Parts: sequence; structure tokens; C-alpha cells
Amino acid sequence: MTVHQLSIFLENKFGKLSELLALLGSENVRIIAATVADTSEFGILRLIVSDPEKAYTIFQGHGVGANMTEVLAIKTDAEAGRFAEIISLFTQAGVSIEYMYCFSLDKQSIMIIRTNNKEAAFEVIRKHHIEHVNACDLINL
Amino acid sequence: MYWQKDLETMDRKSLETLQTQRLTELIAHAQQSAFYGKVFTEHNITPESIQSTEDIRKLPFTTKEHLRANYPFGLASVSLDKCVRLHSSSGTTGNPTVILHSQKDLDQWANQVARCMYMVGIRDTDIFQNTSGYGMFTGGLGFQYGAEMLGTLTVPAAAGNTKRQIKFIQDFGTTCLHIIPSYATRLAEVMYSMGIDPKKDTKLKTICIGAEPHSEAQRKRIESLLGVKAYNCFGMSEMNGPGVAFECTEQNGLHIWEDYYLVEIINPITLEPVPVGEIGELVLTTLNREAMPLVRYRTRDLTRILPGECPCGRTHIRLDRFQGRSDDMIILKGVNIFPIQIETVLMGFKELGSNYLITVETVGNNDEMLVEVELDELYTDDYAVLQRLTKDIGRQLKDELLLTPKIKLVAKGSLPVTEGKAVRVKDLRTFA
Repeated sequence: MTVHQLSIFLENKFGKLSELLALLGSENVRIIAATVADTSEFGILRLIVSDPEKAYTIFQGHGVGANMTEVLAIKTDAEAGRFAEIISLFTQAGVSIEYMYCFSLDKQSIMIIRTNNKEAAFEVIRKHHIEHVNACDLINL
Repeated sequence: MYWQKDLETMDRKSLETLQTQRLTELIAHAQQSAFYGKVFTEHNITPESIQSTEDIRKLPFTTKEHLRANYPFGLASVSLDKCVRLHSSSGTTGNPTVILHSQKDLDQWANQVARCMYMVGIRDTDIFQNTSGYGMFTGGLGFQYGAEMLGTLTVPAAAGNTKRQIKFIQDFGTTCLHIIPSYATRLAEVMYSMGIDPKKDTKLKTICIGAEPHSEAQRKRIESLLGVKAYNCFGMSEMNGPGVAFECTEQNGLHIWEDYYLVEIINPITLEPVPVGEIGELVLTTLNREAMPLVRYRTRDLTRILPGECPCGRTHIRLDRFQGRSDDMIILKGVNIFPIQIETVLMGFKELGSNYLITVETVGNNDEMLVEVELDELYTDDYAVLQRLTKDIGRQLKDELLLTPKIKLVAKGSLPVTEGKAVRVKDLRTFA
């Protein structure tokens, strides 16, 4: 139901992102999803990768502080209205979305979601039979 | 427990007699130099002017500007054939300065350093690695000769190449280090990132840290990271180099060797002595340096004399942790700020690393301060938490400094760390 996500503190400095991503590429770690939000001072780079443990070790070895968190990975068909429907189920259950990023492949979408209440979010997923994916599914996409 | 028990524990009255006698001899000797010959004549000073140590106040101060103006040999009190070494400081603003040493001076200097090292428990069975630059920088050769006199096996690793430093520490079983505080935390970080736990995987137990002002919190952090006792040492090239003052195992103030130096603490504005216990500028007179004595040298370092006796039994007075330099002080919007105040606040946050950089610059018509500080580890993936941290740091700095600096969190390892001294302050203001 959850997958590991790596978060890396990213300075607002030209070339920083490229430098960090290059570390993974050279060690054969594949990036499945990534997001970075901009603020004036700093950003946080969030990554779903093919081998989170390895990526974590690579970052540590280069003195880059990384934080490993668990996020939900939900699979839907890419029809209009599906995102809204799923989010509304969380809302009805009183679960807040802290952040979310999505990507679509063929006719399917993957939503990566971080909520304020993991257990309640699981409950919503079970109750409404929302299709979720695990790390292996993501790697094989 | 003492290197020279009779001198280190000498009662105050005998110490003062010794100082007065050495001061009288010093005046007679220093007038041999072109510089002091002229200065003493102008001020009508003769060896008879000195009846007690109080009489030092009849003499004029010596400053770095005097050393520069009389570069290179204008303060030599012996002929150059008696001198065996010189150390010169970098001359980033004008002429460099030169300090000359006779063989007797070098022997005394080594003895001072040996006395300091012995005081913190270093013995001839220890293995001592010196991470200071050698050459003109006195932290290299100064510690080298002191450690050799003490009889430790010395590893003159010199500065830089952190991986090689760590290899030496492991291969040779290094027990003691001389290291700059900012580099000590860097060394520990690199060890941990290599999977080495200095507490288990090395024999380190005692380290001498100096050459940079640092807070008590930073010392504690170094001690817990490396699993050692860290002792604060003070020295400056004008006063030979390391070995001028050093903490004993009480870790409460640095004993300054009063058989070698006469100590005054003055108000840097009025130039009058401050009462014991108050902070002021340290002024030192070398009591038995042969090649180049200095009289009432203004060190620009700010400290105070700790009142009372030290439980270690040494009678030489203790200087408090240095508060920065009278010329490092940042004056911003009329407020006097010392980098150590900022460091103390930052070290209070366990989320933060040990490196920081203070930048002062003119933005529009305003002078502003930016404090950049490294995050230790990314302990959250939540922006809000980091923004709150930034706010908390800002608030605490405001309480301490009475003005509000801008705070910027930066990634670990991104601030400039030279393997020499860390850059702490950048003043980009133009004073037109």
C-alpha cells in the first residue's frame, strides 16, 4: 500500500538538482517519479526510485542528508473525474492531503499521496477498494 | 601531574617577584632594538623605571601596526646571527609581520607547549598527530617541537587530506590531535560517513583545539562526536604561537604562563585596565624572549581574567574562553555583535550542523545581516517544519542580538570549509 520516498534538502542554487540526480544515474538507480517545489530559500526534492536503500546509501556517502518516508501509491484509470473522486473519499473521512504528485502512463494514473493520518488513509483505501500498488509494481511500470 | 611543579604552582608573591625581575631585565635588553631604543628614549624609560609589575603602565603599547612599520627586523634585540628562525604572518592588509627567534626562544617555546600538553594528560606513551599547517603557520612547528620535547611519538600529518588523516589515526593508533575546532567536526563527519565510529574504531582520547573562537556547545559537540576530551588552547604568532595559555583538566579557563608573559586586560577604548573579572582586550608582554621582546602588545583578543583559584593547584591566572576579537566585532545599526554570540545560539539547535556563515551587506540604504547555517541531517520532509525552524532561529538570535538577521538554511557540506580556519564572517559593506 505504501512505497518508500526519499526526500533531499535542496538549496536554491543553480546546478544543484542536476548534481544530485547525476549521483543516482551513475550508480544505475532509476528514478520513477520526482517532484520539487520551489520556495525562495530552499526546496525539497522528493523521489521514488528503483532501489531506495541503495539511493539512501549513495546520498549518505556523498554527505547529502536524505530522509526516507512512506507514501501511499494509488492506481486509477485515467478518466475525467477519477482524481476528484478519490480525494473526496479522503476528505469525507477527515484525512488531509499534505502533498501529492501524479503521473499517467497509457490509460492508467499513479497518485503518490502523503496524508496527515496513515491509519485513517489505509482504512479509506480498504473500505472503498481503491486500487493501490506496491514498490515492485512501480519498478515494473 | 605537573611538567614543572615549582614554576606552575609558585606562590603569587614569588611569581610577582620573578616577573618584576624579568621585566627589569627585559627593558634593559629591549632597548637594544632600533624600535624600543627610540620609544624608551622618547618616554624616558630605563630599567630603573620598573619597581613592580604595576610599573608596566609607564610603558607605551606596541601594536601590529608597529610590527608592520618596522618590517622585517626593526624590533630585533639581538643581531641576526643569534637568530635561528623567523615566522611571518600573511600580509593581507599591508606589510606582513615577522617574529624572530633565537635558539633559546625556541627551547622556551617548546617547553611552554610541552607544559600545556602535559597538563591535559598527554605523556610520552601517547601518539600525537598534528593537523596544523607547517611552515610559517606556528601551529605546525610550535606543537611539533613541544610534543617532541614531551616525548610523544609525533605524526606531523599537517593540514588537509581528510581521508589520509583518518588513515593515519587508524594505522598509527593516534591518541591525541591538535586540530582547529571547525575541522574537528568535519573530520568526525567524514569518519561517520565512511562507517567509522571514532569512539570504537580509533584510540583518540585527547584533542587540543584552538586558533578559532568557539563556544562551549561546540566543544561539547566535538567531544561527543569523537569520544574525546577537548582542551582549548590559545596562542598567537606574535607571542611565539601555541602554548601561551591552555586549559587544564578542569576545563574552566585557560592558564596563561605568567613566568613567560605579563598579562593585562584593558578597555580597548580608554586603554585603562578593567577590574578583574571584566571583559577587555588582552595585552601581553613577553618576559624572557631574547630575539624579539614585545612590550605591552595589544593582541586585539577579548577575554577576562577568571577570579579565584583553580582546583588543579596551578597559581597562574586563568583567562576565560575568548569572546572574539576587538577587530572582529561587527557593528550593525549601532549594535556591537560578536560572532561567538551567534554561534552559541545556533549550537543550541540540535537540528543544525556546526558550520555557519555571517554575511553583512548593504541592501539599498540598509545594512543587513544574513546568517546561513547548515542543516545537520534532513530530519523531516515537511516544509512547514523547516520554516518553523528558520523562524525559531530568527527569534532566538533577535533576543540575543537585539536585531533581526535573515536566516537561510543550507544543505550540509555546502558552506566553505577550508581545511584551515573556517570563514565565519563576510562583511561586504562599503564604507564610503
